[in-house]
Amino acid sequence: MSENILKEEERIVAKLRLLYRKYGYQPYKMSKFEEYDLYVENKEFLVGDGVITFNDTDGKLLALKPDVTLSIIRNSVDDGEKRKVYYDENVYRISGKTKQFKEIMQVGLECIGDIGIYEVYETLCLAAASLAVISENYVLDISHLGLLSAILADMKCGEGFERAFMNCLAAKNAHGICSLCEEYNVSEENKDKLLVLVKAYGAPEKVLAQIAPFCKSGKAKEKYKRIQTLCKLLALSPYADKIRLDFSVVNDMTYYDNIVFKGFIDGIAEGVLSGGRYDKLIAKMGRNSGAIGFAVNLDLLEGFHSKPQVQDVDVLVLYDDKTSPLQLIRAVNSLVKKGNSVNVQKTEGNIRYGKLVDMTGGKA
Amino acid sequence: MINIALPKGRLGEKVYNLFATAGYECPSILENSRKLIFENTEKGVRYFWVKPSDVSIYVERGAADIGVCGKDILEEYAPDVYELLDMKTGVCRMAVAARKGFYDDGRKTLKVATKFVNAAKRHYAAKSRDIDIIHLNGSIEIAPILGLSDVIVDIVETGTTLKENDLEVIETIFPISARLIANKASFKFKTEEIEDLTEKVKNLIG
Repeated sequence: MSENILKEEERIVAKLRLLYRKYGYQPYKMSKFEEYDLYVENKEFLVGDGVITFNDTDGKLLALKPDVTLSIIRNSVDDGEKRKVYYDENVYRISGKTKQFKEIMQVGLECIGDIGIYEVYETLCLAAASLAVISENYVLDISHLGLLSAILADMKCGEGFERAFMNCLAAKNAHGICSLCEEYNVSEENKDKLLVLVKAYGAPEKVLAQIAPFCKSGKAKEKYKRIQTLCKLLALSPYADKIRLDFSVVNDMTYYDNIVFKGFIDGIAEGVLSGGRYDKLIAKMGRNSGAIGFAVNLDLLEGFHSKPQVQDVDVLVLYDDKTSPLQLIRAVNSLVKKGNSVNVQKTEGNIRYGKLVDMTGGKA
Repeated sequence: MINIALPKGRLGEKVYNLFATAGYECPSILENSRKLIFENTEKGVRYFWVKPSDVSIYVERGAADIGVCGKDILEEYAPDVYELLDMKTGVCRMAVAARKGFYDDGRKTLKVATKFVNAAKRHYAAKSRDIDIIHLNGSIEIAPILGLSDVIVDIVETGTTLKENDLEVIETIFPISARLIANKASFKFKTEEIEDLTEKVKNLIG
């Protein structure tokens, strides 16, 4: 029993810490409360609007942190050096499903500074490795918002169309895209391209081949080449068969303009890992560098690994007023020494036990 | 095995027939019984009947891999699911209706009675119209007649109920039909099965 004293989530956190340390990431500890201004200025970056606020003793408005990334950026020094940090922190957000505040345990990492293809590759591999720590049945879906933007810009359909298109894309809603194209008078040729984007899903080389015909010039070509190079490197990684391209992975384009990704575990109903490259957020916060990172939502793992517990305790010891206290202490110590968990009670109650030791009525 | 949540009632039966024709039959479902879950291991499907407005909850939370529900539910609750196919059945529309001859001159807060609070709020927010939402659970048509509201936002199929109560549609908000939805994580791990089923049903619908 004592071997199982750590919850599976805690074991995972320990393994992830070790993994991130191996690649030079340093632990980052942040305070539970942050100034509210930090969040209100970057509201759209957060998953929901809701932030729990309260006044400090000096009247300053504080917030229970809904996010770690913003704080890490603010506390990073803009000295041209690359900063690699990891964290495990509780954040407080409104849950999408219940629309109520929830405490979420997140483990993640951020790499801030000069981000090149190696940093992107390393982050994606660490994301895949993090999923592998949780379960061997996982997938890591990657999209590239820069490539999507470039393709959409070439079509010149307008901002309203792009916003509505991104919503349909996130829901893999091909029929919605058809109606949208009709509404905005989008040409048949462009409509076909958009439908390819919404339907393409799977191994990177397969998806890249599907979209290649409309990435032959300008910015789209440049972004395509970059993602192709990255995918070739990933194909040589140990995670190659778990990585897929999926343009339905979208994120707010105000902050993300490059790689975005989401990780799924078989048996968990929603994505457990999400991340991306957020250079635009960094720029908005007045920093002159790039950044990439991800977070794993550990609260989603609750109950995923656990088997139903059949007993609460190994041995239940019953005693009453006639039991000798000394004998009781010796009996309990001896049982514990042998590796049992012991619960001493006067009555059985609802306790589920493996073995019963009855010392009532002075029984030895 | 694909777990499929079907909406109880006429729409669900219609949709099941489509799935069965597409090659995903489960004959036990047609037997008159109180059972709620039906399985055909040979075809790799397990169907279950749930309340129509609950289908998206079963799918979003992964109890069902896919399901069929109205666009009204998707617009109202915005579940985080994939919307894979317009099944072109259960066709109707979300509309604003009022007593015949009603004219909104915009001078006072508009009283809106509805079951679909979010859809109504979004519609009027887009027009910057100040409204007072009255959340009702049924018999919405009665609200403007008794002066409880100026207008209603509700699903309109043929418009007969409205006509019989001396009401008329003054605006259509969005068209509604049944949609095939999928849980995002299920789609990742049962991609081929879900894509196959979607394609076969799509070919039937035309």
